[in-house]
Amino acid sequence: MDIQVVKVGIVSCSGEEIPEGTLCRLACRKVLDERPGETVTICLPLFIAGGEEERTFAQNYPTITVDGCDKLCAAKATEMLSGKPSKSLSIPEILKKHGLTPPTKLRHFGPEEDAAVKAVAEEIARAVDEVLEEE
Amino acid sequence: MGKKPKQVVVLPCSGIGKTFGALARETAYELVERVRPGLATLTCLPLLVINDPEAVALVTENPVITIDGCPKDCAKKSVEAVGGRVAKAYEAIKFYKEHKDLKPEGIAEVNDTGRKLAQVAAAEVAREVDKLAAGEGE
Ligand code: SF4
Ligand code: SF4
Repeated sequence: MDIQVVKVGIVSCSGEEIPEGTLCRLACRKVLDERPGETVTICLPLFIAGGEEERTFAQNYPTITVDGCDKLCAAKATEMLSGKPSKSLSIPEILKKHGLTPPTKLRHFGPEEDAAVKAVAEEIARAVDEVLEEE
Repeated sequence: MGKKPKQVVVLPCSGIGKTFGALARETAYELVERVRPGLATLTCLPLLVINDPEAVALVTENPVITIDGCPKDCAKKSVEAVGGRVAKAYEAIKFYKEHKDLKPEGIAEVNDTGRKLAQVAAAEVAREVDKLAAGEGE
């Protein structure tokens, strides 16, 4: 019997310019580290700089995009250059939903930012579960 | 003599799964926040991927230094893809090769040793920033 293990793609915006971008990266990384068997990622600019295999990422994996602001770079780049995401999450919406204030620094997150990283990671993990159920 | 730019863009790649991607980002943050604040600036690299007009203007109207986390050179290629010219392109591993006593670790963010290496790297990149700010090397 051929058992196909589905992995969910997580595409994070890298958001270097704003603290929400760092939050986005760290929360995505947390989910990727905690669920290595079910998730996979790609560096977003590879949709332009990479090869065929990298550009077809969202066709090969049901993909969740996570963005740090309403520019929605990950969602737009994935849809434009790779394939339609299964779900698109946004950090400001998640923070609002959880009544959390946005982080204020670009790097060296510590205990003060833990709650936000955890909340965002939980939302991403929930989205991973939903996508896996749909597959 | 070249025109003196107001800002120098130091653009790290988006490296999400590699230590040297995290080192590239830490080095750029070090420059923008501590070593050359006000002069060195950065933007979100994905904005170039979606062709955001402001980000495209930033990298086409100012000198750009890229720092990439692996030989895929995403930052360099993304700048070039929108018509920008990269004045100096680094691969972050170069800094480790020159300072083997500072082995960076960590993927989301580099560890303390990686932060030290980023400080050393930022001091080196700052010299290029200064040259470009003075209108040299364009
Ligand atoms: S979505 Fe916002 S934070 Fe993320 S890369 Fe784009 S501009 Fe930066
Ligand atoms: S240069 Fe390498 S580490 Fe950096 S974004 Fe591209 S693939 Fe990722």
